[in-house]
Amino acid sequence: MALRMHKRRTLTVMAGAVAVALVAAACGGDDGGTGSTADSGAAARGPITYVQGKDNSGLLGPMAEKWNSSHPNEKVTVKEQSDQADQQHDDLVQHFQAKDPSYDVVSVDVVWTAEFAAKGWLTPLKDKMALPTTGFLEPTVKAATYNKTLFAAPTSSDGAMLYYRTDLVKTPPKTIDEMWGMCSIAKQNGMDCFAGQFAKYEGGTCNATEWMNAYGAKVVDDAGKPTVDSPEAAAGLKALADHYKSGDIPKQAITYQEEQSRAAFQDGKLLFLRNWPYVYNLASTDKSSKVKGKFAVAPLPGVSGPGTSTLGGHMAAISAYSKYKATALDFLKFLTSPEQQKTNMEKGSLAPVIESIYTDEALVKKYPYLPVLKESIANAVSRPVTPFYPQVTQAIQDNFYAAIQGQKSPEAAVKDMQSAMAAAGG
Amino acid sequence: MTTATTTATPTSGRTEAQEIHFKSDRNAKIRMYLGLAALVIWGLAPFYWMVVTAFRDVGYTFDTTPWPTHVTLDNFTTAFSTDRGNHFGAALVHSVIIGVLTTAVALLVGVFASYALARLDFPGKYAVLGVILGASMFPGVALVSPLFQMFSNFGWLTGANYQALIIPNISFALPLTIYTLTAFLSEMPWELEESARIDGCTPGQAFRKIMLPLAAPGLFTTAILAFISSWNEFLLAAQFSTKSTQTVTVAIANFTGAQPHQEPYTAVMAAGTIVTVPLIIMVLIFQRAIVSGLTAGGVKG
Amino acid sequence: MSAATSAPPRPTDTKPKKSKGLNAGQGRLGLMLVAPTMLFLAVIIIYPLFKAIQLSFQKDAGLDPATGLFVEGGNAGISNYTHWLLQKCGEVDCPPGTLGAQFYDALWVTLFFTVVSVFIEVILGMWFAMIMNRDFKGRGLVRAAILVPWAIPTAVTAKLWLFIFAFDGIANRLLSTVGVNPQLWTSDPWAAKFAIIIADVWKTTPFMALLILAGLQLVPGDVYEAAQIDGATKWQTFTKITLPLVKVPLMVAVLFRTLDVLRIYDLPAILTNGGGGTTSLSMLVIKQIRSGFHSASALSTIVFLLIAFTAFLFIKFGGADVVQRPPKSKKKEPAAAPGNPVAANATTPGA
Repeated sequence: MALRMHKRRTLTVMAGAVAVALVAAACGGDDGGTGSTADSGAAARGPITYVQGKDNSGLLGPMAEKWNSSHPNEKVTVKEQSDQADQQHDDLVQHFQAKDPSYDVVSVDVVWTAEFAAKGWLTPLKDKMALPTTGFLEPTVKAATYNKTLFAAPTSSDGAMLYYRTDLVKTPPKTIDEMWGMCSIAKQNGMDCFAGQFAKYEGGTCNATEWMNAYGAKVVDDAGKPTVDSPEAAAGLKALADHYKSGDIPKQAITYQEEQSRAAFQDGKLLFLRNWPYVYNLASTDKSSKVKGKFAVAPLPGVSGPGTSTLGGHMAAISAYSKYKATALDFLKFLTSPEQQKTNMEKGSLAPVIESIYTDEALVKKYPYLPVLKESIANAVSRPVTPFYPQVTQAIQDNFYAAIQGQKSPEAAVKDMQSAMAAAGG
Repeated sequence: MTTATTTATPTSGRTEAQEIHFKSDRNAKIRMYLGLAALVIWGLAPFYWMVVTAFRDVGYTFDTTPWPTHVTLDNFTTAFSTDRGNHFGAALVHSVIIGVLTTAVALLVGVFASYALARLDFPGKYAVLGVILGASMFPGVALVSPLFQMFSNFGWLTGANYQALIIPNISFALPLTIYTLTAFLSEMPWELEESARIDGCTPGQAFRKIMLPLAAPGLFTTAILAFISSWNEFLLAAQFSTKSTQTVTVAIANFTGAQPHQEPYTAVMAAGTIVTVPLIIMVLIFQRAIVSGLTAGGVKG
Repeated sequence: MSAATSAPPRPTDTKPKKSKGLNAGQGRLGLMLVAPTMLFLAVIIIYPLFKAIQLSFQKDAGLDPATGLFVEGGNAGISNYTHWLLQKCGEVDCPPGTLGAQFYDALWVTLFFTVVSVFIEVILGMWFAMIMNRDFKGRGLVRAAILVPWAIPTAVTAKLWLFIFAFDGIANRLLSTVGVNPQLWTSDPWAAKFAIIIADVWKTTPFMALLILAGLQLVPGDVYEAAQIDGATKWQTFTKITLPLVKVPLMVAVLFRTLDVLRIYDLPAILTNGGGGTTSLSMLVIKQIRSGFHSASALSTIVFLLIAFTAFLFIKFGGADVVQRPPKSKKKEPAAAPGNPVAANATTPGA
C-alpha cells in the first residue's frame, strides 16, 4: 500500500521534473537554436559575458570599463563566480551542459582546459579563430593546448621559486646537490634544511612533478600518453625519499601545504623553501616574521642547472555556445595584451604570461622577485594536459606520498603511477 | 579503632564513626566536583581555544600562550571582509534563510505526521515509522550523485536556487522532527482534547485551540533541533550550493586568505566563533528544553 | 530502509478502543497526515536511492581516441561493482593511485573509526552520566557546557581541531611539556586516525552521556540504597542494576552512533582530507563523483547496503529496539525509552 503510494508520487514528481526540463530545453533552444555549434558565430559580434572566479584584487571592474569604453556596441558584462575552485568548475559544467549561450568567455584553471575541450565545450582557437601567441612564455601556451589545438588564452601564470636565507647562505644553490651540501649550515644553526609542500593534495602533485622533471623525467609525452615509469622519474622520487629519511627534509614536511611551509620559513626554522611568489610579500611584512630582510629568491635548483617549476595560473576560453565569437576572440586578445597584463601585475600581483613585462623596470623595483619568477616560468613544465586530470593527480599524489615516506620504493611508485594513469584512460 | 573512640573524640564533638563517614562523604564530594570540572573542561576547552585565537593578531597565529595575547578585533573584520573573495556575511544570510524555511516546513509537515503517529491508528503505521527511521539512518553520500543529476536537470545548481538545499534539508530534518514531536505529543494530556470535542469543537479546532498551545514547548524544542540540523549541514551544501546560496559551513571550510594558498586560521576561528556563539547562547538559555528534546521520552519536557 | 522496516513490529499495542465516534475515519486521516512526510522522503531519499542503483549499471563516459572527445559509456553490467569489490580497473587490477584501489583501505579505516569511536564514547559517556546523575549545584551550567561540542557545526569542529592539531599548534605544545615528541596529526597513519577519533569523541560523547543519563534518572534511588544495604559492591551495583536498566537506550544510542560514524564525511574531509590513510567511504564517494558519476553511484550503493546491513544486525540481534516508540507506550516500563538518538548528530545524514 505504502509502496504503491510512493510509486505514484514518484511518478508525479518525475512527470514534474520532465516538464521542468522541457521548459528549460525550450528556453535554451530559443536562443541557442541557430548558433550552438563550435564553428558558428565566428564572425558574429555583439555584447558578451565574461565569467571568472571571485576577483580578489578589484581588477575586474576597471578592466571591463576599459574594454567597454572602446567597444560601445560589444560591451562585456562580468560575472563573478564563487571563490572556491570546485564550485567554479561545477558552475561552468552546469552552464555548458545547458548549452548556455550567456557564458561567452570563461576563465578556467590550467588543469581544466583538457576536460572542457574533450567535452566539446570550448571553441578551438584556430583558423578564423586563431589567437597569436608570439611573445607568450612558451609553457603557458603549451598548457592551453590539447590534441595539438590551442583551446584557451593564458591570462595569468605562476611558478615556484626557492626562498633562501641571505644571512646564512651567500650565493643560492644552483643545483640540487649544492643545496644538500649546504644543509650543514642549517644543522649548525639548529634549523631544518629544505621543505616544499609534500602533503597529499594538489600541491603535492606540483612538488612531486617538479622533482621528477628535474631529473629528466616526463610525466606524459606530447600525445598525452603516460611515460612516468622511467629511471629518471624514480631518481627524482629517490632524491626526495633519501633526504626525507636523512632529515634534510623535516619530517613534518609531509603535512605541509603552502601555509605551513611558509610559517616554518618565517619562523626561521627553514633554510630553503620551495614556494609560490605570494610568500615574498608576506614574509617581508608579517609582524611575526623573523626573516624580514634576511631572505631572497632564486630559481629552483636542478640536477646540473636551474630546475623546472610546475606551472600554475588561469586561462580564458571561448564557449562553444557563444553567439558572438568574433567579439570574444577580440576580448581574449585584449586580456592578454601587454598593457592589461601589466595592470594585473601592478594591481593584483598576477604573474604575466608575456615575457617582456618581467623586465619592466618600475615593476621589478616593486616586485624584486620578478626576474627570478620569469626564469621559473620560462622553464616551467605544465601538469599533464589530460581530460582525466583528477585521476592523474590522484595517481601522482598517492604514489609519491608513499615513496617519500619509504613505504614503497621509488621504482615501484613510478610504475604504479603509470598504471594508475593508464587505468584512468589518460 | 572503636576502643579509642572516647579518648580521640575531636573537639568538634563528632564521634569517629561520624568523622569517617563525614570524610568519605567529603572525599566523594571532592571526587564528584573534580569529575564535574573535568566535564566542563572537556566541553569548553577547545571552544575556549577557538575564541582566544579569534581575538589574536594574525601575525601571532601559532602563539600558544594559554590566555589571550595580542588581542585584536581584526579577525572579525577580516572574516566579514569581501576583499579576499570570502562572502561570510552573505553566507550567514543564506544559512539563516535556509535554516528558517527548513525549520518552518519540517515543523509543519512533521506536526501532521507526528499527530497521526502519536494519536491515530491507520494501516501501514509501522511501515511509515520504519521508513522515517530508515531515512534517519540513510547515508547522505548515497544521495549526492542522483540528486546532483536530478537538480542539474532542473537547472537548480546555478544561481539562487535555495530549494536545492532546502528540500534535502527538510527531508533530513523530518525524521528528527517527527521522532521528537511524536514523543512529546504522546505524553500530552489528550483527555483535554476529547472534552473539547464533547463541548462541540471540531477535531481541527480541538487540536488548534487546546492541544497546540500545550504542545508549544515541544514544538519549540523541535524547532531548535531542526534549525541546528540545517545550520550544521555540510555534505550536500558543499556539493549543491552556488555562490548565491553558499552556507556558512561551506564558507568556513573554504575560507581563503589575503593571498592564494594562505590559510587564515585566526579569521576562520573568528568566523567559527560567530557561527557558534548564537548556538551556544541558545544552548545556555534553552538547555533544559534541548536536553529534554534530545532525550525525549526518557525525561519529561 | 529495509533494515528498519524489518524490525519486528511490536504487537504489544492492544488498541485501547475509546468511543467509536472518535476513531471513525482515523485510517484515512492518518494516511493523509503522513502523506506530506512520505512525499518528501520519497522525492529526496527513496527516489534517489533507486536512481543511484539505476545509474550504477551504466558506464562512465570514455574518451574516443580518434577525436579526443568524450563519448557516452553505455551499459556497464556489474562492472562498476566489480571495480570496487574486486578491484578491477577494466581488465587489470586497480593499481595503487587509483580511487578503486582505495576501496578496502577506506572500508577498513571507516570500520576502525566506528569501532574505536563508539567504544570510547560508550565508556566515557557512561562515566559522564554517572557523574551527572547526582545532586549538585550548577547542574544547568554543566549540562550547557557539555552541550557546546554537540552544538558546534561539524565543519567548524573540524577546522578547530585542524588548528589545535597543527604542527605548531597547541596539542603538540602541550605534549612537549610532558616530553612527548610533536606528532604529525594530519598525516601520520596513527596520529591522523586518532586525531579524527579524538575530535569525533569530543563532539559526540556528551550526547551519549545525556542519553544514558536520561535512562539512569529513571532508576529509583531506593534500588541503589537497597543494593547497598544488601552489601553489593559498586561494581556489582553497576553490572547488575545500572547496566540492565540503561541497556535499551544505550543500544539504540550505539546503533545510531555506529551508523553515523559509518557515513562519516565532514570531519575527515576537513581535518585530514584523507592524510595518513583516513579517507572514509563517504569521502571516497565524493572524490569519485567528479571523475565518474556511475561508478560513484555503485560505491554509494555499496555504502548504503553496508549501513542497512549493520542496522539490520543491530535491530535483529543487538536489542536495539528502535520501533518501540508508538504512542500509549506510557503503560510500558518507562526505563526502556530510547531517548532521541536521531538528534545525535544534529547534522543528520552524512555528518
